[in-house]
Amino acid sequence: MTTAILARPTLGQRLAGPWHASVEFLRLLSRRPVGLAGFIGIVFFLLLAFVAPLFVPFQNDPSLVDIYQTPSAAHPLGTDFQGKDVLNQIVFGGRDILTVAILAALVSTVIAITFGSIAAIIGGRIDTTILAITDVVLTLPKLVLLIAVAAILRPTSFVFLAVILGLIQWSSLLRQIRAQVLSLKERDYVEAARSLDLGLIHIVFREILPTMRSYIAIHFIFATTDAMYAQVFIVFLGLVPVSGSNWGIMLYFAQGQGALFFRDSIWYILSPILAITLVQLSLVSFASALEDIFNPRLRGSA
Amino acid sequence: MTALIELDHVSRAFATPAGAITAVDAVSLALGRGEAMCLVGESGCGKTTTGRLLTGLLRPTGGRLLYEGKDVWLTKGADLARFRRAVQLVHQDPYASLNPTRTVFQTLSAPLYRHKKANSSRQALAAVTELLKRVDLTPPENFVTKYPHQLSGGQRQRVAIARALTVDPKVIVADEAVSMVDVSIRISLLNLLLALAKEFGVTIVLITHDLAVARYFARRGRIGVMYLGRMVELADTEALVTDPAHPYSAALIAAIPEADPDITRSKTRVELRSAEIPSLLSLPPGCTFHPRCPLSEAGLCDVKIPELLAIPGAREVACHVAVRERTGARAAVTA
Repeated sequence: MTTAILARPTLGQRLAGPWHASVEFLRLLSRRPVGLAGFIGIVFFLLLAFVAPLFVPFQNDPSLVDIYQTPSAAHPLGTDFQGKDVLNQIVFGGRDILTVAILAALVSTVIAITFGSIAAIIGGRIDTTILAITDVVLTLPKLVLLIAVAAILRPTSFVFLAVILGLIQWSSLLRQIRAQVLSLKERDYVEAARSLDLGLIHIVFREILPTMRSYIAIHFIFATTDAMYAQVFIVFLGLVPVSGSNWGIMLYFAQGQGALFFRDSIWYILSPILAITLVQLSLVSFASALEDIFNPRLRGSA
Repeated sequence: MTALIELDHVSRAFATPAGAITAVDAVSLALGRGEAMCLVGESGCGKTTTGRLLTGLLRPTGGRLLYEGKDVWLTKGADLARFRRAVQLVHQDPYASLNPTRTVFQTLSAPLYRHKKANSSRQALAAVTELLKRVDLTPPENFVTKYPHQLSGGQRQRVAIARALTVDPKVIVADEAVSMVDVSIRISLLNLLLALAKEFGVTIVLITHDLAVARYFARRGRIGVMYLGRMVELADTEALVTDPAHPYSAALIAAIPEADPDITRSKTRVELRSAEIPSLLSLPPGCTFHPRCPLSEAGLCDVKIPELLAIPGAREVACHVAVRERTGARAAVTA
C-alpha cells in the first residue's frame, strides 16, 4: 500500500488511473438510470455528430424527383424540398451546433468562475464593480441583445458565434458562483488553509472550487443547452449568414419552404426538432446524476 | 521570561444590525513557550473571539497582538507569514474543518509542499506518515487515502491537529477542540495536546466551556475565566479551583458536578442574584457581573469597571471586592 503510493507509476498504472476513474464513474452512473440514459444519449449524439460524418458520404446534390418523400429504406427520414436525404443532413448538421454550444458554455463558465471567485474573495471595490457590471448584463434582454449583436457583427465563423453566445450568458452563473464562494470561504477548512499560509491559488483551486464541482458541471450543462437554443434561434431567424448544414439551418429552410404545410414533409421539419430535443433531454437527465458522481461520499466505497 | 505571544489590552468590536457589540474588551494575556492554558467561560463571553485574535485571523479593533515582542499587525510580508504559520487554530467542529473533497494525504501534504518541507511524493508520504503517528492515527497507511467522511469525529480531530503540526507551530489555539468528540476519547485528545506541549514545547491554548476539561488540561498551567468579553480571573489552575477569588469563578467552580453525589449535595452553591446573562448590546455599567454578583456593592461595582489586578496567590482578578479583601483595604480606596 505504502509502496503503491510511493513508486513511480509504470505505464500500466498510469493507464489504470483513468481506467479506474471511468469504471467508478460508470458504477456511480449505473445507480441513476435516468442519468445513465442521458449519458448514453450524449455519447450517441457525439458519435453521430463527430464520428459518423467520417464514414458517411455527404450528399448535397438536389434531386428533383425525390422532393418531400416520406421515410423509406433509401431515405430513413424522408427527403427535403430539394430531394436531399434528411438523415444525411442530421448527421452532418450536428457538429457545428454541438461545437458552438460547448464552446459557448465553456466561455461563459470560465468567465463566471474567474470573475465570480475574484469578486467573492477579494471583495471591496472590485466586488462592487464586478457585481454592477453583472447586474447590468443580467437585466439586458438576452435574445434581443443577441439579435442586435448578431445583426451588427454578422458572425461568419462559428467560433465567433460561440464567443458571442458565451459573452452574453455568464451573468447569472457568476452571481451564483460568487454567492457560493462567499459562503465557502467562511468554512473552517478555508480558514485553516489561510492560517497555514497555503496561498490564494491553492485556496481557490484546491479548497473552494472542488467542492463546487457538481455545481459547476451542472451549470456548464445548462449553459450548453441554453447556448444551443440561442444558436438555433438566431440561425432560424436567418441572422447569421446561412451556409453549410446544421440543424438550425434545416429548420430555417424547412420553415422558409413551407414544409409545415405538407403532410409528407412533416419528417423534414420534425427531424431537426427531434434531434435538438433529444440532445437537450440527454444533457438535462445526465446533469441530474452529476450530483451523485461528484459526491466524495459515494466514491471508492465499492 | 519574555512572553512568546501576548495580547495587550486587545479589544474587538463587531457591527451588528442592532448596534455595535464589543465581543472582547481590553483582554491582556501573556503566554510562554510550552505553556498549556485554558480559557473558560459561557457562550458569548468572547473566548472564541479571543482565540481568533490570538491566531491573527481577526484584526483587533484596539490593543496590540505581540509575537516574540513584535506587534503582529504592524509586520508585513515574510514576518507576517512566519507568524501565521507559527500560530495555528484547531477548530471546534472536525466535520467542518476538513475539506470533504480532499483525502487525508492531500490535506496534510499541501502545507508540506507549500513550505518546502517536502519536494517529492516520497518525502511527503514519509512526513505525513510521521505526523499521523504523532497524533496516534496508526497504522498511518490505513488513513492516508481516506476521505474525511470515512473517519470518526475523534480521528478527524486528530487529522486536524496533524494538519496544524505540518508547519511546526509554536502556538496552537484549540477552540473547543474536544467539545464535539465523544466523551470517551476526550481524555486521549487532551493528552495528545498536552504531550505536544511537553515534548515539542508548543504553547497550547484550549478554549472550552467545560471547567472539568479545563481543570484536567491545565492542571500544571493557568486558567483564564472570561465573562462578557472581559477576563475576570487569571490564575494557576490549582489556586483557581480550590479558592476562586472572583465571585463568577466561584459560581462556575461550584457548579461542576462531582462524581460522588454526597459531595455534590454538600457543596455550598454560590447564589447568584440573577440567572440572566446581560445582553452584549446593552452591557451593565461598571463591572458587567454586578447585576448577578452576590458581593456587589452599590456605588462601587455598578459605577467603576474593575481592572485585572495581580493579588497574592499567583493570580490576577478583576473584582473590586475580591481585590480589597485579599490585599487589605489599601488598594480599594483608589475609587
